[in-house]
Amino acid sequence: MMNKFNDQLRVDFAGVNFKNPIILSSGTAGFGQELNDVYNIELLGGLSTKGLTLRQRSGNVGTRIWETPAGIMNSIGLENPGIRKFIEQELDFLEKIDLVNIVNIGGSTLEDYIETVKIVSELKVDMIELNISCPNLKKGGMSFGIKAKTAAKITREIRKITDLPLVVKLSPQARNISEVALACQGAGADGLSLVNTFKAMAIDIEAKKPVFENIYAGLSGPAIKPIALRMVHEVCQAVEIPVMGVGGISSWQDAVEYIMAGASLVQIGTANFINPRAGLEILKGLNNYFEKNKIESINQIRGII
Amino acid sequence: MAEIISNVQLSRGIYLMKVRGQFQGKMGQFYMIRAWDKDPVLSRPLSIYSLEENSISFLYQVKGKGTTIFSKLNPKEEIKLVGPYGNGFPLVKGRVALLGGGMGAAPLYLAGQTLKQQKGLEKLDIYLGFQKRAFLKNEFNKIADRLVIDIGGLITERIEVDQYDYILTCGPDAMMQALIRKTEGSKAKVYLSIEKRMACGMGTCLVCTCKSRKGNIKVCKDGPVFRGSDIYDE
Repeated sequence: MMNKFNDQLRVDFAGVNFKNPIILSSGTAGFGQELNDVYNIELLGGLSTKGLTLRQRSGNVGTRIWETPAGIMNSIGLENPGIRKFIEQELDFLEKIDLVNIVNIGGSTLEDYIETVKIVSELKVDMIELNISCPNLKKGGMSFGIKAKTAAKITREIRKITDLPLVVKLSPQARNISEVALACQGAGADGLSLVNTFKAMAIDIEAKKPVFENIYAGLSGPAIKPIALRMVHEVCQAVEIPVMGVGGISSWQDAVEYIMAGASLVQIGTANFINPRAGLEILKGLNNYFEKNKIESINQIRGII
Repeated sequence: MAEIISNVQLSRGIYLMKVRGQFQGKMGQFYMIRAWDKDPVLSRPLSIYSLEENSISFLYQVKGKGTTIFSKLNPKEEIKLVGPYGNGFPLVKGRVALLGGGMGAAPLYLAGQTLKQQKGLEKLDIYLGFQKRAFLKNEFNKIADRLVIDIGGLITERIEVDQYDYILTCGPDAMMQALIRKTEGSKAKVYLSIEKRMACGMGTCLVCTCKSRKGNIKVCKDGPVFRGSDIYDE
């Protein structure tokens, strides 16, 4: 059932050619192999890997997931094999398949980010997504993405050491997300992705304790979509560089909303847990929408709001 | 989508749901199941209770929002099944015991049915422990050489582990740990099926990570069945 999707869906994002605007979001698709067993993920535009750090991380202890109406809170804590094991075990598959591979990089210190990016820059990968927005680390992570000044500093340092297209993933916890976005643009980012999860919490009223060991966790899913959409809209008004919209997209209609709000690409995250075929189904819906409305390029509808 | 054939309450809050269709699966594997659109967000992992040519059954207990929805479904209504996922129990031979605590009985019926057909099976004894009331006694009785039921006590105290080459188990953590301690120094090998909250069921989300002697393991993809000695200290 190899569908031929329209050329009209192609997107040039920071000089990188995407077959279509659909990307599997970091942390919801591993390194691609599991979902590729469900459907051919080469039909999609791209895949952002599970967040990678310099050294292996075993992740957070205690409860890692909690449901809330139309949403989930997670506290994975960037469990990942570390950049070197990723190269040994996962990179081969990503190199072979025909979709834009985006390596998502997290960390606790600037030094760790720099060392990881240096290693990644030697690889045959298409793009770096700099995660300065993970709410589940005790140190680093999201703290880089709260203030424009720190976000600019890390972006500038990373820009100096890599020629790979650089996308910075922003946090909805930013004091002023448009300012952070502008700061990243000024510091040399080629694009932005937003938003990461919202810092949230749940309390076990019987135990009289927080559900999560770290007290706070990251909220995602349909519940956050209207707020994330608003943030994407605000940022797209402020910056020149292209934006990947992410946050609660679970239908093709949601994807169209993000594009109309200004996003050039969209990332599918939690929806992969609702339905492992979500990426493909959203792509089909978008394709039909383009056909039905005789849309010849994404730019015809992008940012019209 | 698949059609529900029956959805019967066996005991308070415990249901057996039978679904029409030709499904794949091995003993100890599970399906991700939902009967709703986007809320709750996650599907519920349920292990296969039994598998026939044109149907599949799941045993579940009403615990939260998802299982409450399941419990209200009527025959002819539809649910969505994705799977099967997980490794499943190994095809063991010789003298085998199945030991379940409460809802831990869920994957053991298919295990019993499957092992019964194995050449080289010398005996199949089934031990089931319940807090208040037993369920599915007759079904398990049909496949067991010997069925031991315990209500209100500790089922692990009713088994002589040295009588067995293999013990397949599923149930509360404390029960499985007690079994592992009891098999220390014995020849009986234990395989246990672990339950954890899951999001994807296929190994991408890392929600069900569990610490083991071999480092972090994914209950959904590396398991849910593990050698007892890999999970708990012997």
